[in-house]
Amino acid sequence: MKLPEFAGLTLAFIARVITGAQGHWYGCPPKAEQRIYFANHQSHFDWVLLWASLPRDLRAVTRPIAARDYWTASPFKHWITREVFNAVYVSRSRSPEGQSCDKDDEDPLEPLMEALRHGDSLVIFPEGTRGHAADPAPFKSGLYALAQAFPEVQLIPAWIDNVQRVMPKGEVVPVPILCTVTFGAPVALRPDEERRAFLDRARDAVMALRPVA
Amino acid sequence: MELRSLSVTQQVGLLFLALFGLLALATLAVFARSFRDMSDTQLAGHEGIVRELRAIWTGSVVFWIAWAAGPFVSNLLFGLVSFFALREFVTLTNTRRGDHRSLLVAFFLVLPVQYVLVGTRQFNAFTVFIPVYVFFAIPVISALANDPFRFLERTAKIQWGITVCVYGMSHAPALLLLDLPQWKERGAFLVLYLVVVVATAQLAQEAASKRLRRRPVARAISRSFSWRAWAVGIASAGLVGVLLYWTTPFKPLPALAMGAAAGAAGTLGEFVMRAFKRDAGVRDWRGRLSVTGAVGLLDRVAPLCFAAPVFFHSVRWYFGI
Repeated sequence: MKLPEFAGLTLAFIARVITGAQGHWYGCPPKAEQRIYFANHQSHFDWVLLWASLPRDLRAVTRPIAARDYWTASPFKHWITREVFNAVYVSRSRSPEGQSCDKDDEDPLEPLMEALRHGDSLVIFPEGTRGHAADPAPFKSGLYALAQAFPEVQLIPAWIDNVQRVMPKGEVVPVPILCTVTFGAPVALRPDEERRAFLDRARDAVMALRPVA
Repeated sequence: MELRSLSVTQQVGLLFLALFGLLALATLAVFARSFRDMSDTQLAGHEGIVRELRAIWTGSVVFWIAWAAGPFVSNLLFGLVSFFALREFVTLTNTRRGDHRSLLVAFFLVLPVQYVLVGTRQFNAFTVFIPVYVFFAIPVISALANDPFRFLERTAKIQWGITVCVYGMSHAPALLLLDLPQWKERGAFLVLYLVVVVATAQLAQEAASKRLRRRPVARAISRSFSWRAWAVGIASAGLVGVLLYWTTPFKPLPALAMGAAAGAAGTLGEFVMRAFKRDAGVRDWRGRLSVTGAVGLLDRVAPLCFAAPVFFHSVRWYFGI
C-alpha cells in the first residue's frame, strides 16, 4: 500500500470515528457512475465527511475542487490535495460570479470540465462559500453550466447534517458528534429550463433532504 | 465441588464456553424459526430478536477479548464503548459553540484519564476524579467561552453525559480489576454476574409489563413502566443472583441482595434514559437510523452504566476495601 492510499484510509477512519460519517442513500444507490454530487456547505469538514461516507471504491474516482492559491501554498497542503484527494485545482476568479470573465483569464470551470471529460466524478458546493444560516445560500451558476455541458452526468443532491457542531468556525479540533450525509434522487436539467429556475430547483432538492436526514 | 478444584483460568474459560454455547444454541433456534411462515408483525418481532441476538454476540465477543487480552486491552475496549456512547449522547443534546472546548475536554482528556486511573488500579482517585475535579473544571471552561445563554442547562447536560457514559461505564472494567480477598483475577465473573442480572431484570420487567397490563406510573415517559412490573424485574434479578452465587465471592443471601440492587439500578436507569430520549425527541432509536445515525449503543449500555457504579461500590463496601 502506498503512502497516499494509507493516508486516505486513515483519514476516512478518523472521520468515521469522530462523526460516524453515515451515508444514507435515499434517492439513488451508491453506484460507480459518473456523477456530480452537490451539497450544502457549512464547514471545512464537509468535503472529508462526504468523501468518507462514500464506499471505498467510489472515493477513488470522486474528486473535490480546491482553490489553487490556498491548497498549493505549502508542500503538505499540496501533497494532501494532489495525492490523497486527487483534487481539481481552480484559480479563484476575480470577477463576480455570473458575469463574464476577462478574455485572458482562464475560465474557472475549465478544469472541472476537463475532469468530467476524463470520466471522473466531482463534489461541488454550489453556495460558493460556507454558510452560517440555517438555509443554504442561493446557488451559483457553475452547476448550471456543468449540467448544460454534460447532460449525461448524473447530478446528485446531498444534505450534510450536523457538521457545523463538529467544528464551529475558528476551532481546529473536531468534537465527536454523529453526522449524516443524505443522498437524494438525481436532478436533471430540463429542456429550455432557465438558469435561475434550475439552480433554485437544485437548491430545493438539497433542502428537501433535510427532514429525512 | 468439582468446579472449585479447577484453576482460575480454567474456570473463566469454562464460563465463556458456557456463554458461547448458550448463544450458539439460541442462534440455531432463531435460525430454525426463520424458515417458518410469519405474518408481518411476527416478522418484525423476529427481526427484533435477530438484532438483539447480534448485539449480545458482539457484546460477548468484546467481553471475551477484554478478558483474554488483559487489563490494557479491556480498558481500551470499554473506553471505546464509552467514547461512542458519549458521542451519541452529545449528538442528542443541543450544544452551542461555547461548549466546544468543554466537549473537547470531556472526550479527549476526561475520558482517557478516567480509564488510565482504572487501568492503574487507583480506585480512590478514579472514584473522585469525575464527581470532584471534572465537576469543577467543566463549568469553568464553559464560562470562559463567554456565552451565558442557558449556561446551567448546557453545563448540566455535559456533566450528566460524562457521568453516565464515562463514569458509569468505567466501573465495568474496574470490576474486572478489583482484587477481592480470596477472589483474585476473577473479576470477569463479577462483570458477567452484573450483566446477566441486569439483563434478567430488564427482560423480566418487559415480559411482566406485557402480561400484567398495570397502569403506567409515568405515562408521558414510559407506557410500560409500572411498579409491579418493576418489582417482578427486581425479584427475577435477585433470583438469578442467588442461582449464580457460586460464580461470585458472595454468600447466597448477599448474592440475592446484590442481584436485586443491580437489577433495580439497571431498570431505573433504563427508565431515566427513556425520559432523556423523550426530551431529545426520539421515540425509539433501536435499530432505526432516525437520529443522525444514532444506532442505539447508548440504549444498550445505559442500564449497565447506571448499575455498574452501584454494584461496584456495594461490593467494595461489603468487603470493606
